[in-house]
Amino acid sequence: MFYVLGFKPLDTLRVFFIHPLSSAYGISEVLLKACPLVLIGLGLAIGFRANVWNIGAEGQLTIGAICAGGIALAIGEQNFAFTVFVMVILGALGGMAWASIPAFLKVRFNTNEILVTLMLNYVAILLLSYLVHGPWRDPFGFNFPQTALFHPSAMFSPLYPGFRVTGSIFMVIGATIIAWGVVTRSFLGFQMTIVGKAPKAGRFAGYRENQAIWLGLLIGGGAAGLAGMAEVAGPLGQLLPTISPGYGYTAIIVAFLGRLHPVGVVFGGLLVSLIANGGESAQMQLGMHSSLAQIFQGMLLFFVLAADVLVFYKLKLVTR
Amino acid sequence: MSLLELRGITKRYPAVVANDDISLKVEAGKIHAVLGENGAGKSTLMKIIYGATAADEGQIFWCDNPVRINNPAAARQLGIGMVYQHFSLFESITVAENIAVALNQKLNLETLSSEINLISKKYDLLVEPDRLLYHLSVGERQRVEIIRCLIQNPKLLILDEPTSVLTPQAVQGLFVTLKQLASEGCSILYISHKLEEVFQICDSATVLRGGKVVDSILPSATTIGELAHMMIGAQPPTTHRQRGNINPSSKLEICHLSAPAEDHFGSDIRDTSLTVQGGEIIGIAGVSGNGQAELFRLLSGENLHSEPDAVRINDVGVSHLNANERRRLGLACIPEERLGRGAAAGFNLRDNLCLTHHGKNLVHYGFIKHKEADKRAAQVIDRFSVQCDGPGAAAQSLSGGNLQRFIVGREIELNPTVLIVSQPTWGLDVAAAAFIRQTLIDLSRAGSAVLVFSEELEELLEICDQIAVMYAGQMSPPMPRSGADIEQIGLLMAGEGFSTQATPQGD
Repeated sequence: MFYVLGFKPLDTLRVFFIHPLSSAYGISEVLLKACPLVLIGLGLAIGFRANVWNIGAEGQLTIGAICAGGIALAIGEQNFAFTVFVMVILGALGGMAWASIPAFLKVRFNTNEILVTLMLNYVAILLLSYLVHGPWRDPFGFNFPQTALFHPSAMFSPLYPGFRVTGSIFMVIGATIIAWGVVTRSFLGFQMTIVGKAPKAGRFAGYRENQAIWLGLLIGGGAAGLAGMAEVAGPLGQLLPTISPGYGYTAIIVAFLGRLHPVGVVFGGLLVSLIANGGESAQMQLGMHSSLAQIFQGMLLFFVLAADVLVFYKLKLVTR
Repeated sequence: MSLLELRGITKRYPAVVANDDISLKVEAGKIHAVLGENGAGKSTLMKIIYGATAADEGQIFWCDNPVRINNPAAARQLGIGMVYQHFSLFESITVAENIAVALNQKLNLETLSSEINLISKKYDLLVEPDRLLYHLSVGERQRVEIIRCLIQNPKLLILDEPTSVLTPQAVQGLFVTLKQLASEGCSILYISHKLEEVFQICDSATVLRGGKVVDSILPSATTIGELAHMMIGAQPPTTHRQRGNINPSSKLEICHLSAPAEDHFGSDIRDTSLTVQGGEIIGIAGVSGNGQAELFRLLSGENLHSEPDAVRINDVGVSHLNANERRRLGLACIPEERLGRGAAAGFNLRDNLCLTHHGKNLVHYGFIKHKEADKRAAQVIDRFSVQCDGPGAAAQSLSGGNLQRFIVGREIELNPTVLIVSQPTWGLDVAAAAFIRQTLIDLSRAGSAVLVFSEELEELLEICDQIAVMYAGQMSPPMPRSGADIEQIGLLMAGEGFSTQATPQGD
């Protein structure tokens, strides 16, 4: 494709894959983008295993960011040691609360969670937009739709000066370990996987489907809320109309790339982040149009997922 | 000149040689049986004749001409019709429409209906062309399948285990039809593992074992014992069944249980009552589709019921409790679907053990004790002779017989006071079937109450102390085995003696 469009293929691939990793700053950027993808991907993967299709991570992370941001703005210039801690908790709770809406509707009325979570995304984003345009707008912000910058005590500080990766990476590592424990070892994780993959057997075993639905959505929502909080308390430092370049949706792909397994999700998140950063480098270095970079990303993911299917199935030409 | 001849047919699958150098001949106007136990290769052979599969080696001759049968349409063109064991009919359309679907021509439904009526009267296969299929009983559906074949004027009719879904009386009716067809020149290929039937109507028989032909014989020239020996390759196993003592502390009671069907394809349960005591096995006979599946789900806990005392285990009302809670009270169940319900496909045996054993010391602070589960799975594999690659083997890698051994073993290891089983030996080879039947008997003699749902009357007569019959969601009072009259049971299975209201499913 690159060749056809007039770029040197090898150079392009180098820019996409090697360049982002060739400097410490580059690695930090890859990690930075990977953190929310992995975190949300972990939560979503657990839900997908139980056949709970949470497409609302984008909205859940927005609500988490709003809750965390609200605390930061309320604290204002005061310096409390535990601000970040409170923001973490509220971010997760916010995401969970947003996810509890589709959970309740599905359990009570058997509504389709794909539709509900998707629609709630728009509600959440519009809510954020309202807040930053209106009540929470920074009075000193020259009328731009943004809130005041958060006080440093309300933020994750960068790991190393000059890099944007923050201490939230430890949160992600911790989440990975917990997710691994839940999925591979815990009885709840086992129940959810059975209910998702073999529902009749799950019913026979007496596993409760409603429990799997609640847990699947709450875990996904909580993870997304945490990720949203980490974004605004990290690289963004304030609330803006757009706080996520589609992390909630991309995380779905990351979850499947990782075959719904926590370790796989980590690698999937790193890969997708690498490609995303590579795309940005390609734009700057080669003058490539941003949509080309996105096409390349899409093709890459498509082929990776297709390879996954072809491991189990063989294409056969049938002549009738 | 023979109508159909097979020479040297061989078919290999990755794990097994299903057909090994099989040769047989069918003459015009004769009824030829293909005998063999489950797993002997009968179905594969029929698929090859009908064109659903291609043989790796060998030749097929039709009227002494070599032919290649590439697909079922080609088979039908030659004049071969097939009635499968599990029907391929659509429930939501009428009889006439179902038959029309199979015919590859433009036709008028009215002319088709009159043709159907003609055939139906000629062969005494009573069906009404305008009835929606899901109203029909299993026996009636089989008639539709047969008519669907007959309307294409076949020269050869293949029937795959036709009597497994019929009452004893209906079986006789089928035999009359088959003899009539044969006398008109249509040959019949009759697949079965039931020896008495073969003796009744077949002119000749080929016995298969392990994919090979053991012998081609004339039933008139041999005995049932010899045939059984040929089929199994050894003396058929006997089950030991002495009278046991009643253990009053184990008890399953069904008290006036009534429940509406879940959808209009199902069966209502109407005022069923039964008591099973520890130390005895009670069997529920009946053609499938008469409410057995629904009743099983109400007993196992997969479906709940608002009246808590409708189902009682050991004197405790449990109808509102789910499967898990009933298991804690001492219940164990073995459903008729193995892969997909009794065991989860895509998981290994150790995980499948956790399906029902999670209440027994396998979960520690929310985490599964994998080592303990492995150990227990290995115990089950060992005690019940499950042939597999160990606890880590995927459930779908086991053969039907071995998976059933594992499921039965898993439930027995729970030491249940009450065990409910549905179709315990369906599709299993003789050795596995005998093993499981003996296991059920031993469990009941150890003091548990055992309830068995089965379509195979012979099986119930072999292992049960009492037999009840289900028809249209109702249950007859149980009859002791020793005085049981097969003809009487057959009449009950067909609905005699039950009040006729809702959907009849007998014959």
